[in-house]
Amino acid sequence: MKRQSVFLLLSCLSLAILPATYQRAEARSSTVPPQTTVAEELLTVPGQTGQGGGRLVLSLRAEPKTLNPVTATDASSREVILGAMQADLVHINRATQLTEPALAKSWRVSADHLQYTLILRKGLRFSDGQPVDADDVLFSFRVYLDENVHAPQRDLLILGGKPITVRKENAWTVVFQLPQPYGAGERLFDGFAILPRHLLEKPYTEGKLAQTWTLATPAKEWAGLGPFRLKEYVPGQRLVLERNPYYWKQDAKGNRLPYLEELDFLFVPNADAQVLRFQSGETDAISRLGAENFAVLARQQRGYTMADAGPGLEYNFLFFNLNDLGEQVPPEIRRKQKWFREVKFRQAVSAAIDRDAIVRLVYQGRGAALWGPVTPGDRRWVDASLPHPQRSLERARQLLKEAGFSSSGKAEDDAALVDSEGQPVEFSILTSSSSAERTKMATLIQDDLKQLGMRVQVTPLEFRSLIDRVTQTKEYEASLFGLASFDADPNSDMNVWLSSGGTHLWNPSQAHPQTAWEAEIDRLMEEQLETSSYEQRKKVYDRVQEILAENQPMIFLASPHILAGAKNSVGHFRPAVLEPYILWNVEQLYWRSGTERAAQ
Amino acid sequence: MRPPGVSQSAADPRAPSTAPLSHLDATLIKNRGGLQLSFCVVALALLHGVIACAGFFAPYSPETQDRDSAYLPPPRLHLVDAQGHLRLRPFFYGYQARGDSFGEWQEDRTKPVSLQFFTSGPRYHLFGLVPCRVHLFGAESGRIYLLGSDAFGRDQLSRILYGGQISLLAGLLGASLTLLVGACVGTTAGYYGGWRDAVLMRLAELFAVLPWLYLLLGLRAFLPLAVSPLEAFLLVILVIGAVGWARPARLVRGMVLSARERDFVRAARGFGASDGYLLRRHILPATSNVLLTQAAILVPQFVLAEMTLSFLGLGVPEPVPSWGNLLANLQQYSVLASYWWMYLPALAIVPFFLGYLGLASALQERDNPYKIPEVSLGRPE
Repeated sequence: MKRQSVFLLLSCLSLAILPATYQRAEARSSTVPPQTTVAEELLTVPGQTGQGGGRLVLSLRAEPKTLNPVTATDASSREVILGAMQADLVHINRATQLTEPALAKSWRVSADHLQYTLILRKGLRFSDGQPVDADDVLFSFRVYLDENVHAPQRDLLILGGKPITVRKENAWTVVFQLPQPYGAGERLFDGFAILPRHLLEKPYTEGKLAQTWTLATPAKEWAGLGPFRLKEYVPGQRLVLERNPYYWKQDAKGNRLPYLEELDFLFVPNADAQVLRFQSGETDAISRLGAENFAVLARQQRGYTMADAGPGLEYNFLFFNLNDLGEQVPPEIRRKQKWFREVKFRQAVSAAIDRDAIVRLVYQGRGAALWGPVTPGDRRWVDASLPHPQRSLERARQLLKEAGFSSSGKAEDDAALVDSEGQPVEFSILTSSSSAERTKMATLIQDDLKQLGMRVQVTPLEFRSLIDRVTQTKEYEASLFGLASFDADPNSDMNVWLSSGGTHLWNPSQAHPQTAWEAEIDRLMEEQLETSSYEQRKKVYDRVQEILAENQPMIFLASPHILAGAKNSVGHFRPAVLEPYILWNVEQLYWRSGTERAAQ
Repeated sequence: MRPPGVSQSAADPRAPSTAPLSHLDATLIKNRGGLQLSFCVVALALLHGVIACAGFFAPYSPETQDRDSAYLPPPRLHLVDAQGHLRLRPFFYGYQARGDSFGEWQEDRTKPVSLQFFTSGPRYHLFGLVPCRVHLFGAESGRIYLLGSDAFGRDQLSRILYGGQISLLAGLLGASLTLLVGACVGTTAGYYGGWRDAVLMRLAELFAVLPWLYLLLGLRAFLPLAVSPLEAFLLVILVIGAVGWARPARLVRGMVLSARERDFVRAARGFGASDGYLLRRHILPATSNVLLTQAAILVPQFVLAEMTLSFLGLGVPEPVPSWGNLLANLQQYSVLASYWWMYLPALAIVPFFLGYLGLASALQERDNPYKIPEVSLGRPE
């Protein structure tokens, strides 16, 4: 009864909002919107249809730093911008993990895989009513490619050291010329939001693009091609988006999407507080849930549905400091590096770790044990033939013995492992203090390695100082980290596997690969980058995974499932394992009517 | 003239309440104070004894993980089995996982497990010295988690007992250090006076206003990144001791100031007693009561300080337990909402705190048995 009345109230509210919105849309468009005679080529989304209206409230872990897709690097900005406010030419469907047409209705690839010809949808408009054409595409890529803009996506447009070139064939056709074949093909275009030239060209030419489109931007000065557009920003509290009346998708019945009238993001900085807000009904959906909080919500089931989308793309791993260290680093660390560089030492540590216990105790069973960087969630790229050795302390002891380590031979429970010089094996593992899950993993590993006689200390550090130690000062012995690929494709992790990459965590930004196997990985990653056949690329990437498993520069541990929840009345709620987990189909989300809910 | 033994207040309700107590009342109060004092001392001795012999009272090592028994609730102890037979030994039913869900358990009624007393178990060192294997109790088969288990399947009771060793020792050592420094500084300032007094008391004021948490964070930054549990423990004591000395120092200074002007002290000085003799024989004994009372107040305060530091992750690191880092688990909402036995470390401190605070109030009462009692002044006119 109460729910019905709430729904009624919401319907009334949406009715009240609708005319106001249309008036505002008219007000916006009355200033400039040119009348075009070109018919709109909308994309029809197949499947079940929904109902329009209503407001969906979500929580964000942090306030977005910007609404500018060119300069956004933080997770919150990217979630809001890419999830709800912008659109790209070709899009990766987060459910199927395959590409599908978006602003480009079709594309052609030349025989040499160097030329992509994209045909744009005609008659599209930005959220302020201005038309979209090839010039906006050209402008967007000019901005992304400009070194002075420092767009984080720029690296993806540089292949073999040379940039991609873009030219306009006609008002609806754009040709991308690649300097060398690109293995992932049209996936390249995902994530490159098309920018409104009429709003951004001036700040760009004046060199003020980075300062444009901050959160304080008035709604009328902001425009995008996503399902929602900016309505209001209340500092420290919320960001309110409203329906984009010019959005280019429609449902099977021809209703223009999105269904929702408004999308609100509340800024809730703490994961537990997010759970409480969701529990109390203040927010309508929640994602990025930890397994323990998921279990609490699933147990209570107060009018919401919890969904486990399966293993995501996040992989957690332990790695040792393998950097070539200078004199400024304490000699203690340099002494310990002799052990860390010994591959059998790393293999022994890997053999002693109880990954099943990590999955069970850290993720409450909602995770997958890992022996390589590709999680089971990345269905197309995981190397199924990679060995999954069970935990074996005997094998670990054997490997350590072969590497010259021995037990100091006191009573069994006090026995300490010593190296060939008689030094006890002791090291510390740095983790992020904000991640209870990783600290828990490190505590389990501490106990696992104690059984080999290693004395391990777990040191939780504030995340920024952890990053600083690992990538800048390099004053650490071992660290437990997690990375999440942004796409289910090997190219998204280029920066991690290439020895010159900044995220090649165990020894970042090398001028030349330090070891033969790192050189081999470099070669293979470059090879897969240029290969266009999926089968060939898969073969090459499988080899990369095998080399990583043999050499254990990262000791892969586990991958958590993607866990989310929403009120029962949210229709089309289907979380995916790729980001943005619950917003990927935000244009299709809708509020179910009372009868529909009853039928369900 | 009033007859002896009748208090002024009883004779005349409108008499001023500053009148001295009757002899009988004073004796009663003294006796009651003495009783409270003895009770607190005995109770605290017992409680500390249990913590000191944690190895004996705890069935397991606090660090041993049983990964198949994470978040196991405390078992119910029974004396009557399913058939209605009375058993001599208490027993419990083991738990088995309920379905596939994690952390949900149900009793396995088919397998009663008896509790055994004075059993042989994991090796430990009694008082940190004597190797021993006898434990007060244990399970006939498998493990018993009398107060439940934590996220890693570690016995919560064992962790509370061993954790108490760290927290109480930090409190006791911290308080000793504080009182030692406080007594030295206070005596020097009070006895010698002059510029020494001015310098030391200004220093005490400076220390009294230091934000100790930030001081600790600052100190932590100078130390190597990974500190061993022992180093972390010593650091905690050092910080607690270094910051807390100001108040006892000011109190002792006051006592010394008044004691050194007493007639018998002046007389002793007149007869040629040295400073050392005066301090040892006349002045420091006068401060002993203040110091004892301060100790009884400072110990629980410093136990709490250690708990705060460990709660924030600045105390002893995992896997060594302390009451603070046991409570740190409650920072997670899921633990707070799902596992009530994780609150138990918070209850463990209650008897200790009551004991110490009772002791402090008894000591204070002993110092001042002639304090003014509450007196009814009759109905207002």
